[in-house]
Amino acid sequence: MSDVVSGVPNRAQDDGGKLVGIVLVSHSAAVAASVAELATGLAGGGAVAPVAPAGGDGDGGLGTDSELISAAAAAVDRGAGVAVLTDLGSAVLTVKALLAEGDELPAGTRLVDAPFVEGAVAAVVTASAGADLAAVEAAAAEAYTYRKV
Amino acid sequence: MLDADFFRRWMTATAVSVEHEAERLTALDSPIGDADHGSNLQRGFRAVAATLEKDEPGTPGAVLTLAGRQLISTVGGASGPLYGTLLRRTGKALGDAPEVDEREFADALRTGVDAVMQLGGAAPGDKTMIDALVPAVDALGRSFAAARSAAEEGALATTPLQARKGRASYLGERSIGHQDPGATSSALLIAALAETAGE
Repeated sequence: MSDVVSGVPNRAQDDGGKLVGIVLVSHSAAVAASVAELATGLAGGGAVAPVAPAGGDGDGGLGTDSELISAAAAAVDRGAGVAVLTDLGSAVLTVKALLAEGDELPAGTRLVDAPFVEGAVAAVVTASAGADLAAVEAAAAEAYTYRKV
Repeated sequence: MLDADFFRRWMTATAVSVEHEAERLTALDSPIGDADHGSNLQRGFRAVAATLEKDEPGTPGAVLTLAGRQLISTVGGASGPLYGTLLRRTGKALGDAPEVDEREFADALRTGVDAVMQLGGAAPGDKTMIDALVPAVDALGRSFAAARSAAEEGALATTPLQARKGRASYLGERSIGHQDPGATSSALLIAALAETAGE
């Protein structure tokens, strides 16, 4: 894990210890839920940042459901910001379109450019340590640099 | 001048056209996509037609903004945010004027098309909806009929291209030889516009 999440997270200063929320958007409900389970499991003991999966088309099929995404973001919003990680295609485009709407996602919601699985683990671990949104985003993005070979 | 009713009729005509062509759109999406373009747009434009009947927004801008928002929330594939952004940004660019002229609409639609390019990162020649929409907007200054022809020609011209955006881009050279489903549905949208204008 130390290769994925480097540095000491910046403690959030002005939010009374509120944790950044994480939303995981995948075309597959099973993938989103499993990655959420994996990331929270690896975050270890103590307080774990709120994580919500938003996977599938809402009818049991593969796709993206903007209402699931909005509801997930609202559910994990503790006032310290929400980091959204996506897999590909319509998941990315739907989150961008929702952000452009302005009022569909909680204030302080960001689409984080990161690999889905590794980025989710880095984001949840970092957010659970009390880091602010910028630090969570940086940790998730840094997962791109973690080479396996 | 184009009023809210004109834009409502455009959206309804698009919904009818998508119903007729859904099977063809999905068939085009089968070899190079995930075979859901027709059914996704059908679901989206059905919802648009239903919402416009219920809410009756009073300005051109409000009609397109509401339609775009409805597409983003109901389509479930990449075409939702893309078409949703197209209509919503076009609608926002029209502001709250009760009527707009053809020139104002052409300028607003160009704003919408630019927003789609920004959202999806596609440029002309990437084998996407942009290949129908950009020529259509360029021709809209002449007439609605010219825009329709330009969009149809643009969609046909995607066949020899290699896809550089979206799922089809994973196929590389194997995407060559297939007409792009998104460019095809964009041509339907512009054809419905010309039909609504009586051209």
